[in-house]
Parts: sequence; structure tokens; C-alpha cells
Amino acid sequence: MGEDHHTPGFWRRYVFSIDHKVIGVQYMVTGLTFLMFGFCLIMLMRWQLAYPGEAVPVIGKIFGENNMPGGIMLPEFYNSLGAMHGTIMVFLGVVPILVGGFGNYVLPLQVGAPDMAFPKLNMMSYWVYATGGITMLVGFFVKGGAANSGWTSYPPLSNLATTGQTVWLIGMVFLITSSLLGSVNFIVTVAHLRSDGLSMFRLPFFVWAQLVTSFLLLLAFPPLEAAGVLQLMDRLAGTSFFMPSGLVVSGVPQTVAGGGSPLLWQHLFWFLAHPEVYVLILPALGIVAEIIANNTRKPPWGYRTMVYATIFLGFMSFIVWAHHMFMTGMGTKLSAFFATTTMIISIPSVVILTALLISLYQASIRFTVPMLFALAFLPMFAIGGLTGLPLGLPASDIALHDTYYVIGHFHYVVAPGTIFAIFAGVYYWYPKVTGRMMNATLGKLHFWFSFVFINIVFMPMFWVGLAGVSRRLYDQTVYAHGKAVQDLTITSSWGAWLLGLAQIFFIINFFISIRRGKKVSNNPWDATTLEWAAPSPPPHGNFATVPVVYRGPYEYSVPGQDKDFLPQHIAAEA
Amino acid sequence: MSSETLPYTVKPHPVTAMYSGKFGTWLFLASEVMLFGALFSSYVLLRVGAPAEGPGHWLSHHETHLSWKIGGFNTLVLIISSVTMVMAWASLKMGSLQKARLYLIITAVLAVLFVIIKLSLEYIPHIKDGLVPSHSNFFALYYTMTGLHALHIIGGVVVIAYFIGPGAKLYHKDPEYYTNRIECTGLYWHFVDLVWIFLFPVLYLL
Repeated sequence: MGEDHHTPGFWRRYVFSIDHKVIGVQYMVTGLTFLMFGFCLIMLMRWQLAYPGEAVPVIGKIFGENNMPGGIMLPEFYNSLGAMHGTIMVFLGVVPILVGGFGNYVLPLQVGAPDMAFPKLNMMSYWVYATGGITMLVGFFVKGGAANSGWTSYPPLSNLATTGQTVWLIGMVFLITSSLLGSVNFIVTVAHLRSDGLSMFRLPFFVWAQLVTSFLLLLAFPPLEAAGVLQLMDRLAGTSFFMPSGLVVSGVPQTVAGGGSPLLWQHLFWFLAHPEVYVLILPALGIVAEIIANNTRKPPWGYRTMVYATIFLGFMSFIVWAHHMFMTGMGTKLSAFFATTTMIISIPSVVILTALLISLYQASIRFTVPMLFALAFLPMFAIGGLTGLPLGLPASDIALHDTYYVIGHFHYVVAPGTIFAIFAGVYYWYPKVTGRMMNATLGKLHFWFSFVFINIVFMPMFWVGLAGVSRRLYDQTVYAHGKAVQDLTITSSWGAWLLGLAQIFFIINFFISIRRGKKVSNNPWDATTLEWAAPSPPPHGNFATVPVVYRGPYEYSVPGQDKDFLPQHIAAEA
Repeated sequence: MSSETLPYTVKPHPVTAMYSGKFGTWLFLASEVMLFGALFSSYVLLRVGAPAEGPGHWLSHHETHLSWKIGGFNTLVLIISSVTMVMAWASLKMGSLQKARLYLIITAVLAVLFVIIKLSLEYIPHIKDGLVPSHSNFFALYYTMTGLHALHIIGGVVVIAYFIGPGAKLYHKDPEYYTNRIECTGLYWHFVDLVWIFLFPVLYLL
């Protein structure tokens, strides 16, 4: 298996490769690039928020007279940036990195497979994703700019929006298709290609998290595809799925057949987008669990409990979507139902988090760079989760809905939560992918600056939101209640720009270490799971000999052993 | 790593009792159920929420001008095509590529017939009469749902045509692998029929 009988050419090896590792790296690099791009959009917006109506210094002029005349951002351009920031971060950044990047690279290795179950389908899902990404970017160049109705694209606003919205919908159809192909591949790989002896309860928690995530993608994404098709029909064929009878816009009655329902879009959208929240967090929990087990040098507390909690979380995530819609007047009975399911789904999340926290108790922790990010993830995710509870209850949500409080809440989950887990994963698996370590000093600088600045960005938002400032405002100082908390908004903006600067440590480290990093053996972290049994980097076909699994994934500090770790693939010594 | 050397591409897995392709097809169909399920849900929501009369009301039967006879005939066409699809797979199991090809050709011809009937007797006359998607929510749903279904039919025809033509080479190299692929195509084909079995009463009869 290890040797190639024929060496494919450059294109087949690095561009149109069917090797899961190359595809994983492609996803990773594309996703990180989009993540940086999406972050640049928000850094630009934060100038308008902090200093409304003032010209953006230095770079203000390059965006053209249509978007930023004299360097001053127009409201329409601000809306485009906002909608595209959300879309890019979620659909082009975080999910492709977590599932496409880490999932593709690590999952087949962790189950001891030579590749994914459908290698060609795997290549196709990457290229469909790339097409979707390019389509999204094309939106910036059409008349009227990119989509500007928010990442949620609520109609009727989005039905009446400029051409950019049509481009957005087409891009989404590509991205959804890509996720579907990917999720089929992951599920079949886990079901069929596990090594001998690797029973389901010997799988690393990361694989479980990816498996549940795949089911969410498989079953939650198609309704959004349907919704996208319906909205395309509304925009292109003049139908009125989402257009109510008698709609009047700017004093002009709309000439549509009518009888449509704007709420139908919200239901279809959130039926996807709530499970999507768990798509954003479950693989991150998987990464953090791997790193915590490895760096505490003991099995994580309650492995099975975590697995059951994850499966339960997956089921529940399909029946909580309307807690995004308490303000739509859907009635107290439905609100009560969705508030109840929302309170229930918080339980498995807390179970997983508590299990990870208890895992730290009495451990001899190694404070490596990935571990620092994983440790920071725990309180950050906890803040994000706990601040979500008032939003899940209709009475308190009515006051907080669509304010900066909401922005603070979900960014604590996905930014210092998920994105910290992504950084942890990059530092952790980098030696597997390249055969070299990333520099620890630069990594620690990256961690500490990011940790401080990211809290400066998001912590003030809770106060801004409690003061009642709407998340959609282009200039909050026109209102007295917004002007009163403008200082906090300025603080957030400075936090964001400094956070951007802190990423330079990561970018330099990422590229320099490819050639200059310290060379490492196959298993530099003394880890137990199967990916560390393969060479670094693993060759085509992954394992020199097909590994056989003898034990669970986290046999650390087993009494009576010479070393403090017992890999899954090594037969026990007498 | 080419797909041929991965385990369970041809032989069934002991636990799932399916080879990888078949399992993948079922998962894909599960997502398709969610796709069409969302559209059927939209149908229910829009129909229930439509005003009793006036602009935006739900069209009655004589307003839709949809003939249950044409729809019914097309239902029959698709059901027969499903039977011939099974016959193609059964022929392969009995070792006859000749017969299988014949049945596949009949299946593809019936599928094309379905699309031709849909276009020439329904879509085109309707559009000429002004019954376009923007006419009403009924027609908006009618064109979206049957249109998406027709795209699935066309996709199926492309796949079947591939297995009649260049795809059939695989039979001489690995007959079981080829038979499996026809089985997966069949699963998809039955699903597309099944969607029509739901579409027909919902749009023509209810």
C-alpha cells in the first residue's frame, strides 16, 4: 500500500487530488484565507461604528466612489459588509475548516483508514465548495454590490434587494451541495472503514463529534436549499412565496400575486441554521477533547457520557429552531414549546463542558500551545453558552432580541470558542501534516495577545446590548441611548484591530515553520490515537501496515506501564 | 489510493449489510427526503395560510386547468420505468448484460417520454395561457416542485445513459461492481418515482 506504482503529475497530486490529506489541506488553507478575509470586512466596519461618518484613514480611498466616497462608508456598503461577514465566516470559513479541513485530514487517520470511502466524491466536494466561495466573492462586483440583507436574508427585504442577493443564493446552493457530498462521505467512512478492533466506543471523541455533525449537515441543509430555490423563484420568476398580499414598499404597492409568507423563509432558514450552530461547535469540542486528554495525561472524564450527550444534542438541535423567532408573534404556545426544548438542549452542552472541566482535576497538565488554546476555550464557550440562556426564554428575549447582546453571545461561542479550538487544532496537528513543529514562543505570544484582545472586542458588547443598541445600526450615535455607550463601541473596535495585529504572529509562524520548524518524530505529543501511528507526514495510503486496535482511545498513565501513554495500535505487553 | 482498493466497495460490510456505495446512496436519499419534505411543508403552510378569496387565494381545480388524465398517464409511465429498472438489475444478477442494457434503454426512453409529455402537454400550453409561476402561489409551487422533480428525472437519464454506454465497460472488468452501481441507480430512480407519487395527488387531486 505504501508505494506508488505510478506517480501522478502535479495537477493530480496537488490540485485535483483524491487523497484525503491533500483535500484536507486545501480546505484548511482556503478556509483560513476566507476567515482572514471575513475578519478584514468586520475590521473595516468597526471603523464606521467607532467613528461614524469619518473617512477611513490610509485605505479608505481604494474602495471606490460607489462604496466609500472620500473614504466615508456608505450605508449600503456597510450592509453588504455585514451580510458578507456573517456568510463568509460561517459558510466559507469555520465550517470548511472544521469539517472539510480537520475532518478530512484527521478522521480517516483516526479510524485507521487508507482514505475516505469515496475519494472522488471528496475531491468534488472541495471543488464545489471552491466554486461556491468564488461565486460569493463575485457578488462584490455586481451592480449594487454584494448581498446586503444580513446573513439570514430575511424576505421581503431580500426579495427586493439588489442583484448581489441572487449571486448569494446561487453561491449558497453550491456550498450546501458541497456539505451534503462531504457528510455522506464522512458517515460511510466511519461506518465502513474502521480498523480491526476499532469498535464504536473505541473511537476518539473527535470522530464521534464529526459523525454527529455529518448527520446534522446531511439532514438540516436540504431545507435551506429548498428555501434558496424558492427565493430564487421569487427574485427571478416573480413568484410570491415570501411576499404577502398588499405589500407596500416606499409608498409603492408591489405587483405580486400575493398570499406568500415571509415567516416561511424564517422557518426554513432556522431549521438549517440552528443545527448549523452545533455544526460550528461540535467539531470544536472534539478537537478540544483530544488536546485536553493528551495534555492532562489521563483519560477524559466521562467519555461515554460525552458521546451520549453529543448524540442527544444532535437530535435536540432539530427542534429548537424557532427560538430565533420569538419576536414574530407565533403565539405563546409555540414559544413555550421552543423555550422548553432550548432549556433542554443546554443540558448536554453543559454535560460535555463539565466533563472536560473535571478532566483537568488533579492532572499534571502540560501547558503546550494547543493546550493553552484548549484551556481558554472552556471559559469562553461557557460565557457564550450561559449568556445564551436569557435569549432562549421569550420574556427576556423580547428585550434583548437583535441587540449587541446577541452579537456578544454568539461570538463568544464561535470566536474565542470555536476559532480558538481551530487554532488549538492547527498547532496540535501541524507536526502530523508537515513533519515539523510550530514555534512555541510565537505560539504563546499569539495566544496571550489574542486572548486579551478578543475579550476586549466582545465583552463590551453585552453592555452595549443591555443599553438597547440594535445590531443593525450603521451609526448608533444618532440615538441618545446609543451615544451614551459609544465609548464601549470604540473599545470594541480597538480590540478588533489589535486582535487583527495579533494574528501576524500566527501567520508568520504558520509559513516559517513549514521549512524552519523543528523536525519531529511520528508521535511528538506522546499521543495514543491512530493518526500518530502513521508517519509524519503520512504517505499516500497513510499506514505502512494496516493498524489493529487493542484498546480505547485515551489510555494515558496506565498503572504498571513504562511510559505514561499506551497507543491504541500496540499490543499489550504481557 | 484508488477506490477499487478500499474495502467494501463491492462486498457488503458485515454490520451495515451494505457496500459503501449503497449506504452512501441511502444517506443521499435521506437528504433528498429533507429537500422535498421542505417543499411539501411549504405547500402545506402556504395553502393553509392563503386567504379564502381575493388576491392570493388558493386556486380551485377548475382554475388550475391541470388534467388528472395527463398526470395519471405520466404516473403510469414512471411506474413502468421503475419496473424496467428492477428488471435491468435482475438481469445483471442472472448474468445477462444484453438484457440489462435493453431494460435500461426502455427505462431511459420512458423517462424521456415523461419529460416530453410534461413539456408539450402541460408546461408549454400553460405558459401560453398565462399560467406562469408568478400567476399565483399554486402555480409557483407547481412549477418549482415539478421542475425540481423533472431535473431529478433528467439527472437520472444522464446516469442511465452513461451506464448503457461507456459505463458498461466496467461489467467486463468487474461484473459485481457494475451490478452494484445499477442497484444504486435503481434506488435513486425509485425515489424519484416516489416523489412523483406524492406530487401527483397533491397537485392534481387534492
